[in-house]
Amino acid sequence: MKFGTNLILPVLDWVDYRLPVFSYARDNLIDYPTPKNLNYWWNFGSLAGILLMIMIITGFFLAINYSPHTEFAFASVEHVMRDVNYGWLLRFMHSNGASMFFVLVYIHMFRGLYYGSYKAPRELLWIIGVCIYLAMMGTAFMGYVLPWGQMSYWGATVITSLFSAVPIIGDTIVTWLWGGFVIDNNTLTRFFVGHYLMPAVIYMLVIVHMWALHQHKSNNPLGVDMKSTADSIPFHPYYTIKDMFGLGVFMIIYMGIVFFAPDMFGEPDNYIEANPLVTPPHIVPEWYFLPFYAILRSIENKLVGVIAMFAGVGILFALPWMDRCRVRSAKFRPIYRQFFWIFVFDCLVLGYIGAQAAVEPYVTIGRIATAYYFAHFLIVCPMICKFEKPLEPPESISSAILKSEQEKTAKGAG
Amino acid sequence: MSDETANGSGDDGEDRRDFLQLATYTVGAVGAALATWPIIDSINPPADVLALSSTEVDIEPIEEGQSITVVWRGRPVFIRHRTADEIEQAVSVSLADLPDPQSDADRTQKPEWLIMVGVCTHLGCIPIGQRETEPKGEFGGWFCPCHGSHYDTSGRIRKGPAPANLEVPAYSFLTDTTIKIG
Repeated sequence: MKFGTNLILPVLDWVDYRLPVFSYARDNLIDYPTPKNLNYWWNFGSLAGILLMIMIITGFFLAINYSPHTEFAFASVEHVMRDVNYGWLLRFMHSNGASMFFVLVYIHMFRGLYYGSYKAPRELLWIIGVCIYLAMMGTAFMGYVLPWGQMSYWGATVITSLFSAVPIIGDTIVTWLWGGFVIDNNTLTRFFVGHYLMPAVIYMLVIVHMWALHQHKSNNPLGVDMKSTADSIPFHPYYTIKDMFGLGVFMIIYMGIVFFAPDMFGEPDNYIEANPLVTPPHIVPEWYFLPFYAILRSIENKLVGVIAMFAGVGILFALPWMDRCRVRSAKFRPIYRQFFWIFVFDCLVLGYIGAQAAVEPYVTIGRIATAYYFAHFLIVCPMICKFEKPLEPPESISSAILKSEQEKTAKGAG
Repeated sequence: MSDETANGSGDDGEDRRDFLQLATYTVGAVGAALATWPIIDSINPPADVLALSSTEVDIEPIEEGQSITVVWRGRPVFIRHRTADEIEQAVSVSLADLPDPQSDADRTQKPEWLIMVGVCTHLGCIPIGQRETEPKGEFGGWFCPCHGSHYDTSGRIRKGPAPANLEVPAYSFLTDTTIKIG
């Protein structure tokens, strides 16, 4: 890569020849060919990446004021809130950032489901994404324990006890997680370290996710591959500016919550310090776990319930092989498109049920919704691709755009 | 082996090299596995946690029909002075009706004293029913509000997702009115 001949640029050339960072950035961020027809649903991946950086930065500055010890943890969080300059801002950006992170990632995942972004040759891209999602769940769970409030403590008790359902070695695993016979200081310190370490893992997974993405490039609303330069535009400035616009909209919502409703996603019980001898009457996990919590509670048997809950996430790994329809985008799949929205609705129902007490009619509704959740992957997806007759997708991205332009002109003339 | 001896001085030495390679891998793998153990064991409960493993309790002040909660290994232990009625209920249940069959006699040393770890065997919440005013579930014992497990007057699971009865810790009567848990 040649930058030119003035004073600075030869230095860049010298570096680039030895360590091609500048060529790399140009190939992957500037000239990078991107489908020209991406809609706003394609903003959420980059938004999640930016939010990951916000979480890492706010997290660092929170950690330098936090004491991972049962006697000081709760007080040190209040110290952050009251004494540390802008500590309230850091903490609320971090705690609400976790919720927003899941909002972004859920939209990003449903985008992938709708437009078939998990299909060949992007199966690994999807699978790495599910790994990121799993790592996020672990990180969020450990982070929620750190303020050492009642919900922190009892949420941690319930979630770690899930592992006791594992036959034979279950209790040993739980003892290892706890470092004792109950959740105590040993648990808090290891969760703190885990919470601080996991973002590094997520960051590396994101790099691998990008690597896989850039191999076959972005999917697009039509679900047809880019075939010529007529189908693509360079990432910069077209998508950098679109991502920045999306970021602006997102930040209005995110900071709106931080400034005006910072406890919206929180539980009042978490402002009571952890008490190992009193369980709050109604334990609810954070909202982003509710669908899986509903699956857990729908099944009477402990082991089966726990397996079903993990399978709820794990089944996403198998999705590329459950739905083998060769047409990617739901735009051309009239039946799948309807079942997609039923599935979205089912996930919302599960989320609602997860927040309710375990009484009728919620139990029965939860069981039906759980059954449908798995049926979507195991029965509905394979059956649709057997019986559905998809519409014929366009030849290429540019031909689809030209055609709709021609139709518009024809209409205008008529 | 005889092959190896035959080829030992000979042309290829393949067998000997294979053996050395295999031995190296084996020693390496065993060594790596052994080196992992201290790391794994470091996450087990440390000595100070293990040292807290017994508690003595004076049970004389507990009237019939009353319960107290004491802490053992950081966990609540329920001590209940049962009424004759509760004992009768616990004893009269047919074992066939129990998800985790255990007779009341197996769970108590003296029928009037029920001593057990007050941690739900489902996901670790603390069941309610210790205070007189609290709901005791459908079987008159304890009720776990987290996921709706019902325990009877012997602390046995009767209904709900919990897989096992409330755990009875190792304990002994030091005197008629003092017990040692752990």
